[in-house]
Amino acid sequence: MAGDLQGREPQDFAKRQARNRRESAGIVLLFILFFLAVGLSVDYLYLDAFTPSGPPFAIATVVSLILATGITLTSYYQGSELILRSLGAEGLDLQLPEHRELHNVVTEMALASGCPMPKIYVIFDPAPNAFATGRDEQNASVCVTTGLLMLLNREETQGVIAHELAHVRDDDILLMTLVSILLGGIALLSDWAQRSFNVSRSRQGAGGKSALLVIPALLLILFSPLISRLLAMAVSRQREYLADATAVEYTRNPLGLAKALERIRDAAMPFQLASRGTAHLFFVNPLRRSVDDREGRLADLLSTHPPVARRIMLLYQMAGLPGGSRDKGLKS
Amino acid sequence: MKWIVLALIVLAVLWVIWAYNLLVSLRNRIQNGWKQIDVQLKRRHDLIPNLVEAVKGYMKYEQDTLQKVIDARSKAVSSSGVKATAEAENLLTQSLGRIFALMENYPELKANENVLRLQEELTTTENQIAFARQYYNDLVMQFNIRQEIFPASLIAQFFNFKPGEFFSVPETEKATPRVDLSLPR
Repeated sequence: MAGDLQGREPQDFAKRQARNRRESAGIVLLFILFFLAVGLSVDYLYLDAFTPSGPPFAIATVVSLILATGITLTSYYQGSELILRSLGAEGLDLQLPEHRELHNVVTEMALASGCPMPKIYVIFDPAPNAFATGRDEQNASVCVTTGLLMLLNREETQGVIAHELAHVRDDDILLMTLVSILLGGIALLSDWAQRSFNVSRSRQGAGGKSALLVIPALLLILFSPLISRLLAMAVSRQREYLADATAVEYTRNPLGLAKALERIRDAAMPFQLASRGTAHLFFVNPLRRSVDDREGRLADLLSTHPPVARRIMLLYQMAGLPGGSRDKGLKS
Repeated sequence: MKWIVLALIVLAVLWVIWAYNLLVSLRNRIQNGWKQIDVQLKRRHDLIPNLVEAVKGYMKYEQDTLQKVIDARSKAVSSSGVKATAEAENLLTQSLGRIFALMENYPELKANENVLRLQEELTTTENQIAFARQYYNDLVMQFNIRQEIFPASLIAQFFNFKPGEFFSVPETEKATPRVDLSLPR
């Protein structure tokens, strides 16, 4: 098993990195286009920018473009810090034995993956979960909850950390971090657009502008949550399977990760701090919606995480054990 | 016609440069990987005397085993070269494993924070050696494959690249351990 995993590593890994960078650029472009569209429609609908009586230049468009660029740059350079801070992550205290063990495990996996040592954070929360963020290998952070440290033993923690470092190695973290922050941006904007739409309607009645242009603005407002959902979905499912496979390549121990997934599934506890904007970052879905346990096209479209049962099954298959009998295999 | 020939030559030269650079970068990464292993090995050498010192008082009947670890350590410290080092270090890993197994018999050790801490440090060092070795061996394999595949093999031969040496697991580790049931004196 280890043999064919090694064989396919070098090309595949470079390809995955390239694809992630390409998609990151695509998302940034989409984000800026979205802001451009919003700015233009606000200019047209509310400020009369394209008529002789309006302002000398399209104020809202320029402002929204500057805003978009600012947010993009911030999310590129500061994204990981913003996310870590918003989740209340703290640095390690190496006096504590559990933290020292975590530090050691991360060091081990960094060696196995050939990554430089990432920064390590913990969140004081009983829900077992973990995530990685950052913009590249050199600026990566790995974060786990104290619940995870309590629940899992050394071997299982190792599997989880390997999974997170696989995300780091493939440059998934850049894409996911960008999506997190830009998602937050779009959500903010849609809220704001909705409010200003309501205000202006009550002020001047519905007949002020041609109905034709109200419709795109309305669509924008209606669809922005959907766009944000779609972005998150584009990011996650396939990548989780890939990261699981890469993690096994690092640890050469599929059972460690499989057992970790089983324990986390059985512990079933939603993570309060996670929001729609950050859910896709996590090792297992922190929001726990029923659609996540299903497979098929609809679930693929609506969910950020693959079903845990399937991940466990695939890992048991990698270990050469029958995939179906996942609970029997665990207890022995 | 002339242009086609010229283009082919340019392409060939570019390919030679690319293939050569790839080999060189792999060789450097291998050297770096070896350094990583070396760092961990050294750390282990530093930790072992501390552990032996800490458990000596408790494990009065295992002086033989402890002495073996000390001997294996000094042998490993003085060895050089990939192959000799690998052999000496593997011996050390074995004798260290025996101590860890024996430590299970001494509940007092489990309560000693200093020992627990040393044990965790040594465990992670062992793991780090294993993972660094795994990464190193992967790189060596890539490097050797690159050198053997035609047409890159021509470049490797021309510039006199040598295949990398694996940090291997020796036969002794695969053999069944001999069990000694004689009473301790």
